[in-house]
Amino acid sequence: MGRVLGLAIWIITLASVGMFVTKHWWFPESISEHGPLVDRQFTITIVVCGIAFTAAQVGLGWVVWKYRDTSSALRATYSHGNNRLEVVWTVVTAVIFISLAVMGQRVWASLHLHAAPVGSYTIEVVAQQFSWNFHYHGKDGAFGRTDPKLIDDSALNYVGLDDTDPNAKDDSVVSTLVVPVNRPVELILKSKDVTHSFFVPQLRFKQDLVPGMAIPVHFTVTKTGKYELACAELCGMNHYKMKSYMLVLPENEFSELVALPQDKFQARKDELLNKYQLPQY
Amino acid sequence: MAVTVTGTERVIDTTVGGGPRFRGGDGFPKNGGGRHGPGGESLRFSADRYRIGVWVAIASILMLFVALTSAYIVRSASSNDWQRIAMPKVLWLSTALILISSVTMEVSRRSLKQQRDAGYGRWLMITVALGLAFLASQILAWRQLVRQGVYMASNPYNSFFYLFTAAHGLHLLGGILALGYLLLRTTSKRSTVEGELRRAGAADAATIYWHFMDGLWVALFFLLSFWK
Amino acid sequence: MAEATHEVVHRHEPPTSFIRKYIFSLDHKVIGIQYILLALTAVVVGLVMSILMRMNLSWPGTHWPIMGTLFPTGAPGGIMSPEFYLSLVTMHGTIMVFFVLTTAPQGGFGNYFLPIQIGADDMAFPVLNMMSFWITFVGFVVLLLAIFAEGNVTIGAWFSKLGESFAAGSGTVGPIGGWTGYPPLSALGKVAGPGQGAGVNLWIISIAIFCVGSLLGALNFITTLINMRTKGMTLMRMPLTCWAWFTTAILALLSFPVLLAGGILLLLDRVAGTSFFIPGGLYVSGSLVPLHTGGSPLLWQHLFWFFGHPEVYIAILPGMGATSHILSTFARKPVFGYRAMVFAIFAIGMLGFFVWGHHMFISGMSPYSAIAFSVLTLSIGVPSAIKTFNWLGTLWGAKIRFTTPMLFAIGFVSLFVAGGITGLVLGQTSLDFFFHDTYFVTAHFHLVMGVASIFGMFAATYFWFPKMFGRMMSESLGKLHFWVTFIGVYAIFVPFHAMGMVGMPRRYANFGEYEFLKSTHSLVQFVTIAAIITAAIQIVFYFNFFWSMFKGKKASDNPWDATTLEWSTATPPPHDNFAGVVPEVYRGPYEFSVPGAAKDFIMQTEPEGDGVAPGLGDASGNGGNGDRH
Repeated sequence: MGRVLGLAIWIITLASVGMFVTKHWWFPESISEHGPLVDRQFTITIVVCGIAFTAAQVGLGWVVWKYRDTSSALRATYSHGNNRLEVVWTVVTAVIFISLAVMGQRVWASLHLHAAPVGSYTIEVVAQQFSWNFHYHGKDGAFGRTDPKLIDDSALNYVGLDDTDPNAKDDSVVSTLVVPVNRPVELILKSKDVTHSFFVPQLRFKQDLVPGMAIPVHFTVTKTGKYELACAELCGMNHYKMKSYMLVLPENEFSELVALPQDKFQARKDELLNKYQLPQY
Repeated sequence: MAVTVTGTERVIDTTVGGGPRFRGGDGFPKNGGGRHGPGGESLRFSADRYRIGVWVAIASILMLFVALTSAYIVRSASSNDWQRIAMPKVLWLSTALILISSVTMEVSRRSLKQQRDAGYGRWLMITVALGLAFLASQILAWRQLVRQGVYMASNPYNSFFYLFTAAHGLHLLGGILALGYLLLRTTSKRSTVEGELRRAGAADAATIYWHFMDGLWVALFFLLSFWK
Repeated sequence: MAEATHEVVHRHEPPTSFIRKYIFSLDHKVIGIQYILLALTAVVVGLVMSILMRMNLSWPGTHWPIMGTLFPTGAPGGIMSPEFYLSLVTMHGTIMVFFVLTTAPQGGFGNYFLPIQIGADDMAFPVLNMMSFWITFVGFVVLLLAIFAEGNVTIGAWFSKLGESFAAGSGTVGPIGGWTGYPPLSALGKVAGPGQGAGVNLWIISIAIFCVGSLLGALNFITTLINMRTKGMTLMRMPLTCWAWFTTAILALLSFPVLLAGGILLLLDRVAGTSFFIPGGLYVSGSLVPLHTGGSPLLWQHLFWFFGHPEVYIAILPGMGATSHILSTFARKPVFGYRAMVFAIFAIGMLGFFVWGHHMFISGMSPYSAIAFSVLTLSIGVPSAIKTFNWLGTLWGAKIRFTTPMLFAIGFVSLFVAGGITGLVLGQTSLDFFFHDTYFVTAHFHLVMGVASIFGMFAATYFWFPKMFGRMMSESLGKLHFWVTFIGVYAIFVPFHAMGMVGMPRRYANFGEYEFLKSTHSLVQFVTIAAIITAAIQIVFYFNFFWSMFKGKKASDNPWDATTLEWSTATPPPHDNFAGVVPEVYRGPYEFSVPGAAKDFIMQTEPEGDGVAPGLGDASGNGGNGDRH
């Protein structure tokens, strides 16, 4: 039984590690400035995990193989442990884990502990059950006033934009997130009803949208294209299809688009949405 | 029956009359829970469990109120709709009542310790009465507020006010029930060492709990009156 | 004090009426078995739900005639609706976490064996003990009612009479909100969609009831352990199981009140119109939400996870204790580093109170506190690693007997490592950008708090069954159960990591909407098949359990040649555990293979000098005999 169990543990270890090593199921391609850093940190972490996992499992397999009861008259080793060993492995694991923990804050700190860089393009994101609204400030660079009391889904005023506010005149609200490539983007994340979460796998970015809060986040996208945008926080029955797209445009195409008034913005955005293809999965 | 039992001794749990009264082990016996009676005989029972139990219970009740208090603090800062109401004056009466009841409870416990059973029962009864008066005074405060149109949902502060007073009142009611139980048992005669231990342990536990309820109320009163 | 005397005498006489003996029993052993039976019932419900979920994910839109018959509104025409799926998610999580992973290890085995292992005749407060079980039982019934209030139109209509916030009957099989019940979704009521009516109220009430039951249990465990250890049972002579149950009880004692507080606030938001968690200006289902202003959704998350993270350890610490105990017994070796093990259990438990924020990195919480939580989280890996090393150390140089409990204990170690190691990934803020709420998380916590804990409990069941019921469980059926389950759970949960790698979000009723999830299609189906096989093999376990209770081979008092007190008394133990004698303890709990001893194990009750050189157990430093430290 000992040998079989040891073998089984080894085979399981091999299969589990193999699943990561072959990278058959892996991150989608990275399209953000910080993405490669996230991927690198993951690689380092998963290698450490893999080594620790393999060492522990191979060790476990080995002891159950080696120390099975062979009915000899000899007894097991009588030992209550070894303090020096305890200290050694405590210190070693502490050093490794804490170093990982410290390294693992770098990307986070670079995105969350700094305000959006100057020159960022700001977009307000308003999530609702079960769709996304993206509010563009238009040419004037100022968002029109919004008020929950003015929200009227049936009149297509999804974010409660106040039409009487001069700043609102050139604002557009669309259901696709369009962002410029290679220019920092700042999103102000809001929710109308329940908690949602903004997730674009290629972006290596996720952030909850909490009702009652306006959460500013920023990132820079480095590759044009069309990417799926998903909700990652349970928000009700149709959570699984609260889907939109993130369209990443070259700077000229982008600035041309966001200068358009609402109805033309909408039409042009739909054209572009058809022009770009989803990545091959 | 238990064939492999080795190194055991008989439990002495029959009546052990008279003798000086004693407290059980110190709760964290250095050498396990082996407890010894006045004559050196081993006992199965230690009334420390009541005292330990009540401290453990207090820890958990404290966590409940700590959680509610942190919610109170967070909520008071999370938005500008927080409006404190003028505390009903009758709450000062409540506070006085519960402070006095702590004293009477302590007198009662000491009477028991000095084997003055009549005093024990009498002061216990007074404490129960004061406890009930406290609850009545709290209800009076609620009624005043309701008359002023201050309801639970009208403001987050009010929500917490009602919640804290209700939660404290319920826990105090539990204390009153415990005292009532002690009161019922004052009629029984002293007979066994274990019985005495139980009685003293239970009275101690109830006293500790009662003081805790007192302190908790004072803390809540300060929180509700002076925080922000 | 006549009644006290009477009580004392009574303690040693088992009650004779059926009701006092088996239903409202004060005997911790009966209560322990009641808890185990409750968990065995709850786990079937939870498991069936998970299989239904898997089938929906693998073959969405498939017509399952039987489902249409059973749930005409939730699965119209036999096709599962997304809200039906989500209510399964919610109920599966709630049932498993509360009524299986909290009740079986602590309420069940802890109740039965903690008093015996420390040489006590019962728990400190038997009446509270009985109440804690029955309160928990009521909690379970209320949770089942939540299913019917939402899923059954007739029963839902009945609940509607309790007021508007109880209006339900939405055609799901329970509330929708996940076991974490984040407001505002869980606080808004029916307006937020199906599965938000009476079911959620009952769900909250059930959890509140459960909190009270657990608190009474924790109070009892702590007091019993401090006050009722028998002569010679110093803290450092306690079996590691007792340390685990003790730490778990402390965690429960300090964390459940916080959940209770959160539950009360959430319920008030739903039924009393308060605004603890509901901010103002919400626009839900086409209309503005009136009355509520200024609440903080994050406040709930803080309260919930302050409880939720210790809860993870509440689930797994008893499994760790049982594993240490069983590994030592069948390795015929003392536990390697007993003191380090005690320290590690305590460190894990206490650190567990300071890491709740790692569930909330992307919640909108301050990014600075996220960093603090992240570093603390990874430091929990250190005591966890110490435990793993010590388990391997225990097996090193051993003479392993591969009984079924031993197999499951070894399985526990393997699964604990497999599940725990990915905590290093998920605990880092920068990686949480991608992995938060993906199947990577699902894989992590299912392996470590779900499956590993359950393996600990399987090990405990096979190990202690003979003591509890006086009969052995079938070893061959047990081994069959082990092999299929062990390989099965890996086959289920390792692929979850792969799904997480491509970014698959949790709690999706259907993956067909997204192109980026297409590559996982075959994997999803593979997992479902593995899950069905693994679930099916549990029938063997249930058969073995109940069949052995009546037909198993008679067990001796100490069938495993083990050392702790439960094996020194009769099988099954008499009403007061030690038949009127107070056992005395002379040595540490794991004296196996002591050189020069007559047998390869020395029981804790064996006095010094009985064929053993005195003080021999003290020689080797770390652990062993507490008197020297």
